[in-house]
Amino acid sequence: MFKIFEPSKIFQITSKAPKYILFLFVIVLTVGLTEALILSPEDYKQSDAVRIMYVHVPSAWISLGIFSSITFLSISGFIFKNKNFFLIAKSLAPSGFVFNIIALVTGAIWGKPTWGTWWAWDARITSMLILALFFAMYLVAWRIYEKEQKVFKITTFITVVGIINVPITKYSVDWWNTLHQPASINILTKSSIHSSMLFPLLLMTAAFALFSLLIFLMKYNTELIKIKNKGLDRL
Amino acid sequence: MYGRKVKLRLFFVTLILITLILTVFLILKSLEENVVFFQSPTEIKTLSELDTNKIRVGGMVKKNSINVNSDEVNFIITDFKNEINVSYSGAVPNLFAEEKGVVAEGFLKDRNFFSATKILAKHDENYMPPEVKEALEEK
Repeated sequence: MFKIFEPSKIFQITSKAPKYILFLFVIVLTVGLTEALILSPEDYKQSDAVRIMYVHVPSAWISLGIFSSITFLSISGFIFKNKNFFLIAKSLAPSGFVFNIIALVTGAIWGKPTWGTWWAWDARITSMLILALFFAMYLVAWRIYEKEQKVFKITTFITVVGIINVPITKYSVDWWNTLHQPASINILTKSSIHSSMLFPLLLMTAAFALFSLLIFLMKYNTELIKIKNKGLDRL
Repeated sequence: MYGRKVKLRLFFVTLILITLILTVFLILKSLEENVVFFQSPTEIKTLSELDTNKIRVGGMVKKNSINVNSDEVNFIITDFKNEINVSYSGAVPNLFAEEKGVVAEGFLKDRNFFSATKILAKHDENYMPPEVKEALEEK
């Protein structure tokens, strides 16, 4: 099973991809930032502070998305004993962690002028901090343990425990009273964000997703080169 | 299709997940009082005994209820069922306004009177340009 994941074949594609992704990323980021910082209107209530949202929300989405992907890959890797899944998960983690921190920091910067406080121990903000701690645990685990089988098991366990926190983060604003506002974008009902603000938000999300992909490919290539150098042609 | 070991490992992960979800659910359920960031005026009204610790009350600032004295701000927090009077001395955040969300941190004097030591403005999930807001109000 999973014979298509021969490292040499993957490497042919992943070693060439970054330059195209970088090109695409620069374009989308330039357009996204112009839209978000200059062209999009200010908010009726928070005026220009709304522009922080164009960095804050995509970062939070991507960090949650990456943690979910890491969990899925780790569990699959554990069940099917596939090393490649673990390497993909490992390569995804750093950008997820960085975007998580960005979401927390931009949230604090936004919170000071709007709420009147940098930090509040409400359910959404606290669960996002816990997510950052799980990311940190995951990344540190890869550095501590030398033995492959051991590190696979430990990182899988960290993600399985941490994944419980993901739906809690997502739905915290609906389940409990929080200082953080509920979601503005709903798939089933009408969104409470104006289309002129939704467009730059989606562009910035695309830009950040491309950036994560770029970092992922670089990390993943390093992993593949490590395997190559060991003289192993199978994962 | 898959070997016995694969099925066993799948079963193992599922078991861990179910156990963790149940545990976390039960913990959060029992801690509900502490997980919520603020209580509504209705919840304050139905308290069996007055809480002397620092608590937070949240809701909407009632229309025409803000009263600024020389050193004090008085206003009413409402959840459209019950209300509570709040007094506060100090600077309020920029977004603090009538008919907007607010969270007040402080101490209960009685069921109808709250003495705040900190005011936080709560932002809602609506984002729109000023022109759209004006158009909405005209309707």
